[in-house]
Amino acid sequence: MKEMICICCPMGCHLQVDDSDKTNIKVTGNTCPRGEKYAKDEVTAPKRMVTSVVRVKDGVIAMASVKTSAPIDKAKIFESLDLLKGIELVAPVKEGDIAYKDILGSGVDFIVTKNVAKK
Amino acid sequence: MIEKNLIIIGGGPAGLAAAKSAYDSGERDILILERENTLGGILNQCIHNGFGLHTFKEELTGPEYANRYVQQVLARNIEYKLGATVISVTNDKVITCVSEADGLVKYHAKAIILACGCRERPRGGINIAGSRCAGVFSAGTAQKLVNIDGYMVGKEVVILGSGDIGLIMARRMTFEGAKVKAVVELMPYSSGLNRNIVQCLKDFDIPLMFSHTVVDIKGKDRVESVVIAQVDEKLQPIMSTAQEIKCDTLLLSVGLLPENELAKFANVQLSNVTGGGVVDDKMMTNVEGIFQCGNVLHVHDLVDFVSEESELAGKCAVDYINNGKTESDYVELQTSGGVRYVVPQKISRKVDTGELKLKMRVANVFKNRRLVVEVDGEEIFSKKRPVVAPGEMETITLKADQLDKVSKGQSVVVCLKEV
Ligand SMILES: Cc1cc2nc3c(=O)[nH]c(=O)nc-3n(C[C@H](O)[C@H](O)[C@H](O)COP(=O)(O)OP(=O)(O)OC[C@H]3O[C@@H](n4cnc5c(N)ncnc54)[C@H](O)[C@@H]3O)c2cc1C
Ligand code: SF4
Repeated sequence: MKEMICICCPMGCHLQVDDSDKTNIKVTGNTCPRGEKYAKDEVTAPKRMVTSVVRVKDGVIAMASVKTSAPIDKAKIFESLDLLKGIELVAPVKEGDIAYKDILGSGVDFIVTKNVAKK
Repeated sequence: MIEKNLIIIGGGPAGLAAAKSAYDSGERDILILERENTLGGILNQCIHNGFGLHTFKEELTGPEYANRYVQQVLARNIEYKLGATVISVTNDKVITCVSEADGLVKYHAKAIILACGCRERPRGGINIAGSRCAGVFSAGTAQKLVNIDGYMVGKEVVILGSGDIGLIMARRMTFEGAKVKAVVELMPYSSGLNRNIVQCLKDFDIPLMFSHTVVDIKGKDRVESVVIAQVDEKLQPIMSTAQEIKCDTLLLSVGLLPENELAKFANVQLSNVTGGGVVDDKMMTNVEGIFQCGNVLHVHDLVDFVSEESELAGKCAVDYINNGKTESDYVELQTSGGVRYVVPQKISRKVDTGELKLKMRVANVFKNRRLVVEVDGEEIFSKKRPVVAPGEMETITLKADQLDKVSKGQSVVVCLKEV
């Protein structure tokens, strides 16, 4: 039996996870179905949403914020962040633009979350 | 002097939501004055996700949440000025504003909504001995430098304070390649959300040291180390437990204070508990026609509640513009038994919004309690709470039939009781 805190929303439900049988993981303590999915992923392949910033050329501000379009493997967070270091977007950039496509073959993209106008 | 019906000071989530709701209540003569060069307020630098679950039923980042409200304001063609700093407000509602574009301008408004947010408690506000070298930042300043200006503040970091901003910055600095050596918390608990302790600290094995504080900062030009020590029950450092941690940066995340310089000018009565104004159920302060909402009123942890409260303020300001003040008989709300404050602090006898939302914070971590509202000793409301903590705002919604039980001269107390 494992204890964990669901991180999917600010409620932070305390979950109990029975993973003695990997094919039939039992979750209790969740308030909504997202908690069950979170717990199952957490004991098999933990995932996280990742947010960071990317440099913008000629923008009114230096950096545009980005997020992953879906949670990515927790173990690959730093490798994914490294991909952002080499790139520079050109203003204007818009919320929803793709900053980096297909992170490490995962099918997940880094998406811009802020409009940055041209200087 | 330029005449306006409604002027909103601050174009953050509070100001934007108030403007939108004032417009939707029929008001067209609205002006938002914003000091920065963009609308959206502090959320522009809060690039992490987790905003908007209540309001939009999806999880947005700070800039995305702010932009939803910016778009709603733009769609309504509501007038706003950027780079416009309000330097004074009087109790007869004259506003003095300076901007590069217009110079110094005076406005007179029928109603004013103060939505100026909060600021961080600076180093001067807490007592740490030691040298005044570079490398000490407030967490919010560091957040702005890293997320907006693209300037990295340090490589080896200690963070004092485990509220959400401190926790979020621990992860943010880690993402940018820094080593966060410890998050040090004076209290025996964190005022941050559990999910942030998990995904910002545990995920990266960053130690969280409860009941500890920073007692000394060492270094000549730049921070070279900080000395931390455990504290006793009276929160006094136990010097025999002192240990030195090598680092080049100390981030302070030691609390937020409502930005109330303007309110003071206008003789708005302030609460010495929240640091914000004392308001009624219409979000009006003691100065007729001056309203407050958002972090300037009391520090919120969820922006969704800011938006909700501000929409109410916008609507009530329009009511006031059209009908004048309709209420003078107030019932004051008292707090006891572990409830530190409640907002609004006073309610009119006729609450015409149908129901009334009370927001409050408790003074300590308590388990198995009930949040109770008593009128002359009789419980009119009770809600079970397995855990309450100072870091999480509690809310109570009183329905019309419960409000009917409140009349002038009665004592209304909001408190915590055993189950
Ligand atoms: C550093 C920091 C980090 C935060 N992180 C989070 C978080 O991660 N999640 C969360 O839910 N909440 C967070 N908060 C709380 C957050 O502030 C609120 O959720 C929300 O942004 C409050 O909205 P507001 O409009 O009241 O204040 P703000 O967003 O602060 O907006 C106030 C606006 O008023 C303007 N203003 C102030 N004075 C004047 C003046 N004299 N003249 C003209 N304009 C003026 C300011 O420039 C600003 O744009 C954070 C707060 C701070 C300070
Ligand atoms: S289980 Fe559902 S309600 Fe509970 S924290 Fe997770 S997402 Fe939120």
